[in-house]
Amino acid sequence: MTQTQTQAVLDPAPTDATAVAASVDVRVPRLPGVLGWARAVVLAVLGLVALVGVWEGYKALAPEDGVVIGEQRVLPRTTDLAMPHVWDMVQRLGEPTTSMAGADPLWRSVADAALVSLGIAGVSWFVGTTVGLLLAVAMARLRVLEWGLLPWIILSQTIPLIAFAPVVRSWGSRIEIGGWDWPPWLSVAVIASYLAFFPVAVGALRGLQAHSRIHADLFHVYAAGWWSTLRRVRIPSAVPYLLPALRLGAASAVVGTVVAEVSTGYLDGIGRMLVSLAGQASGDPAKAWAPIFGAVALGLVAGGIVTVIGVLLRPYRRGEAR
Amino acid sequence: MSELTTTSTPAGTGPADGAGSSAAVSARGVTKTFKTRQGVVEALSNVDLEVAAGEFVALLGPSGCGKSTLMRVVADLERPTSGSVEVFGKSPARARRDQDYGIAFQQAGLLPWRTVARNVALPLELHGLSRPERKERVEYLLDLVGLSDFAGHHPDQLSGGMQQRVAIARALAEQPRLLLMDEPFGALDEMTRERMQAELARLSVETGAAVVFVTHSIPEGVFLADRVVVMSPRPGRIVGEVVTGIARDVPRDDALRQDPAFFARVTEVREVLHGSPVSSDGRELR
Ligand SMILES: Nc1ncnc2c1ncn2[C@@H]1O[C@H](COP(=O)(O)OP(=O)(O)O)[C@@H](O)[C@H]1O
Ligand SMILES: [Mg+2]
Repeated sequence: MTQTQTQAVLDPAPTDATAVAASVDVRVPRLPGVLGWARAVVLAVLGLVALVGVWEGYKALAPEDGVVIGEQRVLPRTTDLAMPHVWDMVQRLGEPTTSMAGADPLWRSVADAALVSLGIAGVSWFVGTTVGLLLAVAMARLRVLEWGLLPWIILSQTIPLIAFAPVVRSWGSRIEIGGWDWPPWLSVAVIASYLAFFPVAVGALRGLQAHSRIHADLFHVYAAGWWSTLRRVRIPSAVPYLLPALRLGAASAVVGTVVAEVSTGYLDGIGRMLVSLAGQASGDPAKAWAPIFGAVALGLVAGGIVTVIGVLLRPYRRGEAR
Repeated sequence: MSELTTTSTPAGTGPADGAGSSAAVSARGVTKTFKTRQGVVEALSNVDLEVAAGEFVALLGPSGCGKSTLMRVVADLERPTSGSVEVFGKSPARARRDQDYGIAFQQAGLLPWRTVARNVALPLELHGLSRPERKERVEYLLDLVGLSDFAGHHPDQLSGGMQQRVAIARALAEQPRLLLMDEPFGALDEMTRERMQAELARLSVETGAAVVFVTHSIPEGVFLADRVVVMSPRPGRIVGEVVTGIARDVPRDDALRQDPAFFARVTEVREVLHGSPVSSDGRELR
């Protein structure tokens, strides 16, 4: 591997002797490549198989009443009501959602609800990220703002979502600007972006402060302005910090959306579906699991989008390779 | 190599441009103290330093003696606590804004997301040179440091020595009349280091720029410089200097490293550094 890499770099046939000598210790970063992706897919499939195996294995081997120590049940019952077979859950996805004539198949209803939630989560993530980045830049610009704002930003996250969900909803329902009505989904998005901005603000601030002393000195020597330094050094240096922050922000946006849907009583998303189908679980236990799969898929898609952003930003992550 | 000792005034070999009348660096009575949690550190105490235009001066001393601080004061990266500093007759801040000097540190400090060419172009870009002008200048600079074939590489694909050459090309980008270098070869292995020393000597002749070169290696200082300024720690001050007498046009090659005159200067610097006579084979006499 190293042999061929060195060979490849030697190929351009440097002209002077020192360049030849120096190019021997040229390092080529290891890129993920097809092999890396294939390995990730295989690992994901193996993980899924293992999960199904544990589920069905436990269901087959453990007592009907679960594992009870003293009075306390430490592992769940294995009845079909508490733990439906995996194949029943999958089969149920293909059957109609309700017994009404012309009802969509269950997977379709779940997908529709998940897409609605994905859209709201996407908006919240975008708004949260924008607000988070602006706050981070403002705090990086002025020390006073960091001292003044950061404690409030941290404090903001200690207020439970449930506490202000109804307030946002009732404020929203009273907003009407020139014939435009505040739609209910916007309340959900506002609450979810309130969760999503936090990791971005904190992570981006750390990233913006992470550029090295030598780069700061260099730009001072070049008499570069603050914005120029921000654009050419501080933002690019912040990327390795920013990506985990964006990932956390995306997770917060999804969780926030689901929880806010429930607490504001928004009907079209996956959050509401989770609650209402759980209520019907005694009659149709396999059905209750369908929106859970939908929520998991939602999280995976959100994570996947951030991964794509990470790939696009790869030039700025070269430092991480070492 | 008897010509080594014949040229004893190295100053004045610099570029003959109009503003060349004033010294490249003129520091008088410079004192610098840092307030730390442990107390006040006197990094520089009443330092005087003159560097003529085109002169190559090595600042030598044990670590912690204030070499970097002195260089940073000249570069306007630190303010002196007292005393005055002039760079080409201007304040350091003014000289910095006018891009009168180029700078290189022990770490190359390249931007990892930029290619070699775009790293070298950085100062040119910041100062508004047009794209075609930039391209032409970068090509010239990369040729100068022997890295033309690596223009499109990223820093993490280069060895330490190559990265440092990129940093030097970047420091030379705006044709500065003064080059400030803080142990630029300190992190390199011995072989690379010797090759880089030879290259720097060649560059300093080609560009005619004055150089302030911080080092803690005696042979390195003597090999490169017209004059070695010796510093001692706590508080950081200049304890003496040695004019090497090795003319700028004497090639910096292995022959010079073997030259008895070179060894004599190394011994002389060592004596100044230790403040006591040293025997001819380099060991101290006690
Ligand atoms: N920013 C700073 N804050 C506090 N002390 C400093 C700072 N910079 C340098 N010093 C102190 O000043 C002294 C000289 O440092 P420096 O100039 O880096 O020495 P050298 O480059 O010769 O090794 C050291 O004792 C160092 O600890
Ligand atoms: Mg130093």
